[in-house]
Amino acid sequence: MKVPGFVQVYLLRHAQVSLNSLGRLYRAPLASLMTAAVIGIALALPTGLYVLTGNLQRLSAQWDGGASLSVFLSHDVAPDLAEVLAEKLRQWPEIDQLRLITPQEALSEFRELSGFGETLDALDENPLPAVLAIKPADNAADAESASALLQHLEALPEVDLAQLDLQWVKRFNALVDIVQRSIWVLACLLSLAVLLITGNTIRLEIQNRQEEIEITKLIGATTAFIRRPFLYSGLWYGLGGALLATVLAQLAFLQLNAPVRQLAGLYESSFRLEMLSFAESLVLLLGGALLGLLGAWLAVGRHLSAIEPG
Amino acid sequence: MIRFDNVSKRYPEGRDALQAVSFHLPAGAMAFLTGHSGAGKSTLLKLIALLERTTRGQLFLDGENLSRTRSRRIPFVRRKIGMIFQNYRLLFDRTVFDNVALPLVIAGHRHQDIGRRVRAALDKVGLLDKERALPITLSGGEQQRVGIARAVVNKPPLLLADEPTGNLDPDLSRDIMRLFEEFNRVGVTVLIASHDLDLISRLGHPQLQLHQGQLINPEVLGTT
Repeated sequence: MKVPGFVQVYLLRHAQVSLNSLGRLYRAPLASLMTAAVIGIALALPTGLYVLTGNLQRLSAQWDGGASLSVFLSHDVAPDLAEVLAEKLRQWPEIDQLRLITPQEALSEFRELSGFGETLDALDENPLPAVLAIKPADNAADAESASALLQHLEALPEVDLAQLDLQWVKRFNALVDIVQRSIWVLACLLSLAVLLITGNTIRLEIQNRQEEIEITKLIGATTAFIRRPFLYSGLWYGLGGALLATVLAQLAFLQLNAPVRQLAGLYESSFRLEMLSFAESLVLLLGGALLGLLGAWLAVGRHLSAIEPG
Repeated sequence: MIRFDNVSKRYPEGRDALQAVSFHLPAGAMAFLTGHSGAGKSTLLKLIALLERTTRGQLFLDGENLSRTRSRRIPFVRRKIGMIFQNYRLLFDRTVFDNVALPLVIAGHRHQDIGRRVRAALDKVGLLDKERALPITLSGGEQQRVGIARAVVNKPPLLLADEPTGNLDPDLSRDIMRLFEEFNRVGVTVLIASHDLDLISRLGHPQLQLHQGQLINPEVLGTT
């Protein structure tokens, strides 16, 4: 495809201006780095928390004890029928593990743990039913599928009562949800801070280059022409800040990775911290660049029109 | 090229800088604008460059009614005018080459084109060997020649100069004026505000005299 001449000129000019702004930042490395660092820290904080809660969610999804079902069989189900039922249920794809607790086992367990042994001896017969302790398969462990499985089990004629112990997983997820929302609020506030930081930096830059702006206006520069280098400065600040934020977040997670793996090892879990993915880093860089551009745009809109050669 | 038609300019604070000024400077002419400080010379030039707007009357540049020009178009009007200032108004953080190239960069010329034109302009003002220098290292006369090179580099049909020799000694001033005459000889319209009466009376171009905002002698241009 042939690109028309004026488009080439336009693109070439943008490339030149963007490199010029980058060069200008490079010539004042300390000041540029400080601005980028402030933006970087502001972006690193919500990014780090976001990745952290992502890991927490993965953790809660993995939790073995997360969802377990207790199915109490009717008293009139004979022990051998209970065995047959257990064997049948083991074939269900939603069920990962199933343990049959016979009334006798339940009674002796209860006798050991409760300390009511003598009281139990007074009873004529064993009041405890047979229980199936079920751990759902991984793909049926979330609250919704586990509830469906529960209903399925309750509908069986041999079943008296089925209970789903999801409460604390639900609570945990609700907590993570709240934390995640707070992170979004925090991210919004810190994005606003990034806007203000770039806006202020660009405002100072405009003030410093007032003479140059006046002269270029005198010799026929359009507003777009004068605006462009400042917008690119904002873009570079935002991009630089986002780059720093990515590095900071990854460094923080590298620091955390070893102790987390050790802790997971103690729980015999293979859990590993997941860092910022490539796509997430890309989103962060893009978002940072956009914020910088927007901040510069706001500053330019407010302060550039005030400068008129006289 | 420039036509003033009963132009008045009153500043917001109430001062009348120009009152009912009428004259016509034809294309290819060269004239001086004289008068005491405060007579309105700078204001008149500012109206042409659209740095100020007329309060009353009509002002035409190259056939365009500047009283009606929208602000979006102002940059394009200014590209027709090469402006030269008493204090040169150069960018001191850029080389002579970059200063002179600025109007071409603004107008979006191609890279090779810019180099060629900038060197041609620097050659005309005799500063071809200084293109890599920073303006601060040049003398006042040289700085003003850089200013002139910048004003002519995109070949505008009109040159406006506001006290271009105000900071220069007589010898350098004469050189600068000769430079303006050379550009006028190839067809550029030139209007120079100056109060260096000794120098300009020897050059023999028409002198528009402003006195307290009024033009005393519009007839010197031969047209009305």
